[in-house]
Amino acid sequence: MMASTFFRSIQNHPLLLCPTALFRRKNGVLYCTMKGTEAQTATQEKQKPHIKVPPRTRTKTIDKISKDYEAIIGIETHVQLNTHTKAFCSCPSNYGSLPNTSVCPICMGLPGALPVLNSKVIEFAVKVGLALNCKLSFNSKFDRKQYFYPDLPKGYQISQFDVPIATGGYVDVDLPVEFGGGHRRFGVTRVHMEEDAGKLLHSENGSYSEEITVDLNRAGVPLLEIVSEPDMRTGIEAAEYAAELQRLVRYLGVSNGNMQEGSLRCDVNVSVRPIGQSQFGTKVEIKNLNSFSSVSRSIDFEISRQVLLHSQGQGDQITLETRLWEEGAQKTVTMRKKEGLADYRYFPEPDLPGVILTKEYVDSIRDSLPEAPEVKRRRYEKMGLSMQDVLLLANDINVAQFFDATIAKEADVKLAANWIMGDIAAYMKNEKLTINEIKLVPQELAELIASIKGGTISGKIGKEILFELLAKGGTVKGLIKEKDLVQIVDPLEIEKMVDEVLAENPKQLEQYRGGKTKLQGYFAGQVMKVSKGKANPGLLNKILLEKLNSKN
Amino acid sequence: MLSTLHPPRSLSSRFPRYISSLPVTLCTLTAQSPPSQILSIRHALLSRHVTATQLAESYLSRLRLTEPHLRSFLHLSDAVSQQASRIDELIAGNEQVGPLAGVLVAVKDNICTADMPSTGGSRVLEGYRPPFDATAVRKIKELGGIVVGKTNLDEFGMGSTTEGSAFQVTANPWDVSRVPGGSSGGSAAAVSARQCVVSLGSDTGGSVRQPASFCGVVGLKPTYGRVSRYGLMAYASSLDVIGCFGSSIADTGILLHAISGHDRLDATSSKREVPDFASQFASTDFLESKPLKGLRVGLIRETLDDGVDSGVISAIRGAALHLEDLGCSVSEISLPSFSLGLPAYYILAASESSSNLSRYDGVRYGNQVTAGELTSLYGDSRSKGFGPEVKRRILTGTYALSAGYYDAYYKRAQQVRTIIRKSFKAALDENDILISPAAPSAAYKIGEKKDDPLAMYAGDIMTVNVNLAGLPALVLPCGFVEGGVAGLPVGLQMIGAAFDEEKLLKVGHIFEQTLQNCRFVPPLIEDDSAW
Repeated sequence: MMASTFFRSIQNHPLLLCPTALFRRKNGVLYCTMKGTEAQTATQEKQKPHIKVPPRTRTKTIDKISKDYEAIIGIETHVQLNTHTKAFCSCPSNYGSLPNTSVCPICMGLPGALPVLNSKVIEFAVKVGLALNCKLSFNSKFDRKQYFYPDLPKGYQISQFDVPIATGGYVDVDLPVEFGGGHRRFGVTRVHMEEDAGKLLHSENGSYSEEITVDLNRAGVPLLEIVSEPDMRTGIEAAEYAAELQRLVRYLGVSNGNMQEGSLRCDVNVSVRPIGQSQFGTKVEIKNLNSFSSVSRSIDFEISRQVLLHSQGQGDQITLETRLWEEGAQKTVTMRKKEGLADYRYFPEPDLPGVILTKEYVDSIRDSLPEAPEVKRRRYEKMGLSMQDVLLLANDINVAQFFDATIAKEADVKLAANWIMGDIAAYMKNEKLTINEIKLVPQELAELIASIKGGTISGKIGKEILFELLAKGGTVKGLIKEKDLVQIVDPLEIEKMVDEVLAENPKQLEQYRGGKTKLQGYFAGQVMKVSKGKANPGLLNKILLEKLNSKN
Repeated sequence: MLSTLHPPRSLSSRFPRYISSLPVTLCTLTAQSPPSQILSIRHALLSRHVTATQLAESYLSRLRLTEPHLRSFLHLSDAVSQQASRIDELIAGNEQVGPLAGVLVAVKDNICTADMPSTGGSRVLEGYRPPFDATAVRKIKELGGIVVGKTNLDEFGMGSTTEGSAFQVTANPWDVSRVPGGSSGGSAAAVSARQCVVSLGSDTGGSVRQPASFCGVVGLKPTYGRVSRYGLMAYASSLDVIGCFGSSIADTGILLHAISGHDRLDATSSKREVPDFASQFASTDFLESKPLKGLRVGLIRETLDDGVDSGVISAIRGAALHLEDLGCSVSEISLPSFSLGLPAYYILAASESSSNLSRYDGVRYGNQVTAGELTSLYGDSRSKGFGPEVKRRILTGTYALSAGYYDAYYKRAQQVRTIIRKSFKAALDENDILISPAAPSAAYKIGEKKDDPLAMYAGDIMTVNVNLAGLPALVLPCGFVEGGVAGLPVGLQMIGAAFDEEKLLKVGHIFEQTLQNCRFVPPLIEDDSAW
């Protein structure tokens, strides 16, 4: 009787698809079940700083049919905030701790425990709201979203329902050059604060049944849910929207934005409709997206699937459902059908006072915001950098800060960009280091660029110095001095070396003068060798040529 | 003998005789005025007249004799004598002891205690031992108080008779065939029968005040936010408060002072300063002729309507006369929204409870049913764990919060709540305190309303409005009606402005100390030489 009334929501959950699951509780710390080791994660591919999607080989028919349809894509993104403690208790919110070691009566939902809001959550939410160009609610509140699931200790999630902290913003995005580039603006419907749930750990215990245990370390970790407008039309647009959110939260320092750890989770809604039709098609939700490329590829797959059904007159087979992206098979499969809208019975959270923002508070946060990725990109563009360079430099806030610090020392913009994205990036990749971990500091990169440009050292020596600086640090001046690397630009000194080489090679000189002018390279090499590589190449060649061609 | 009941006696001599006809100079502390047990204990301990161990033993022996008749406790501490002897050691060593040193405190079982089971009166938490003390309990312990045990209640505080406990029915010390009221019936009965000095209850819709009235003790529901709710198993979070029981106003006020104040673990607890309620209880030996001169008292007309027991009405009118004798100006006032309180309360309390009780799913703690699949795990654990009244309220609340019904029920009830809050605010701008009965009748028979939930709900009419308005209210015994072997006590409810417990306690204290010929000691223990 009563039970069936309560479990409406749970009927939608995937666990019920495995009826052999055995639920038991063992006596563990604080009455909590724990078993198993680290949380299992699906097969994931390495996260890349930038989206690389191999061109899909679609049949020509689909491509042709696709032209008659457009896809409507919206994304719900959950961003885990990197506050030191959880949203409503003082447990540390560490990723990767042993199961149920970062829990307390509050986040375990013990009887009598009450939530108290961590004020950092508000601060971070306001930062993100402002950075997404949203309107802030100066008077918002928390609500309870109610459903039963073993990873939800209180039987409700503390969230925000009808008055989210921020609404009506947008994100500006530059599409990657390899996908044709272009600027897009995608609407943001709302940003709200909520708490994360725990995790279920599935483990085969050898017999027929599967044992499912609960790890509550993640329960109560603060999240921001960012809901986009259905403004995206392709997988690439969606992936780039998500990538921009990742850049944004990293720029703001509110989350590590790591998709594999689940710090940034995207649920995508996709529907298609014939071009010209104003009514939306039936939307399908896709979950289990662990990288930007899976966002992009799953959407493209889903669009093709839906378009094909439409074109075959089977559009009615597209139903309101949640589908899982299977990375291995590169396809989406049905996870659960949605039977009507779930009723979460939201009501205002009586344990927490309303969230009231003052203008002073918001202004102080606004003043402390770093330059947004979009603003940075426009600034770099104005400096004359190519879009490829702009996107790469602005992708990572640390790289961008390194670049900004370098050009602040009056380094040549283009040269600084080349060094950072060329040799420095290659070094970081080989050594698996971030730009904050290398020993080179921006000031020395600026010095290096200036030394080459001013002729103090050659480009070749510059590279040697760079690797020295990257690995061991130090100053450009110090290294030049220490290794005696100053370029020889004195014509007399070079002339002396040229004379020396010519005198030591009378045979070759004779051959040269007999018409074998290719030997010039040989002489140049010899002189450079004598100079220990320090002779200014231009000057060397000029003097050498003069000497070779003078018929005295 | 404690174990036998007293034969019926003439009731007339036990009715209060209001002193209107007497010269007010006689209005002094009489031998019959309830003494502060806490202050006497402190005096006796510090003057070395008695040890904490002896004191504890005297309470415990009375407890052992009365408990088979009352069944007020679900669990008794086995550490009382150990804690008492620790206090004796401190005193012997001339070390400081807290103001509650040696004071035996009973705690309602929906308030968490780290070293004892805390079941909330529910099967779903049978055997559950919390890993922490509720803030109120922690404060009591820090001040030297000794938790004597956990008292019986209606499951999770949902009920008005304590018959809704999953474990046992508690009897009223004034007549063991009657209910002690509820839901804090165990805590009220324990203080009434002097099984402990003071006790903690919780009050969501009257659960401290109504049993105080039924058991003839003082019950105080503090302002919402005055006392931390941390560790109180939530029934309806926006209404729940931890309250105090004592056999005198002084004891009740001292206990309130001990547990009040902001708590960083409860975001709804107030940062307001806590006045020293106890200071005003010191000197009542020489009261002025009209000690409450100028105090404006509003008697809520709607609380004396049809449906209220005539004996209760006359007791309250008598109490109003007594207040006038003390110098108050008493006038009848009307709160037109009063009758809206009951339906609004039952919508809001049920809605919040349907959410608050979701955590009892058998997954992490409490009773879990072995099940082959998730729906049965939840369904069986909850259907076997909860009693019928709890299920009724969860269903009601689930319905009220459902899509399509929210606006008609929950939202509307919130609007009513706002109206009620405003009407109380207006009435308290005009008056210093408001008075009313604490319940429409005195204690009724066990089983009388058990199968009629609506009749039981109707009994909360006097108290629910105060929770909706978040105000403090004090209930103190003011007279008797006929019933039982020695008459049944009737409680007067005094309602004050938010955070003005101080005024309620002051008025209550003077009222109590000047009430003649009224001894609120139940017949069950009346032969006990201590009383």
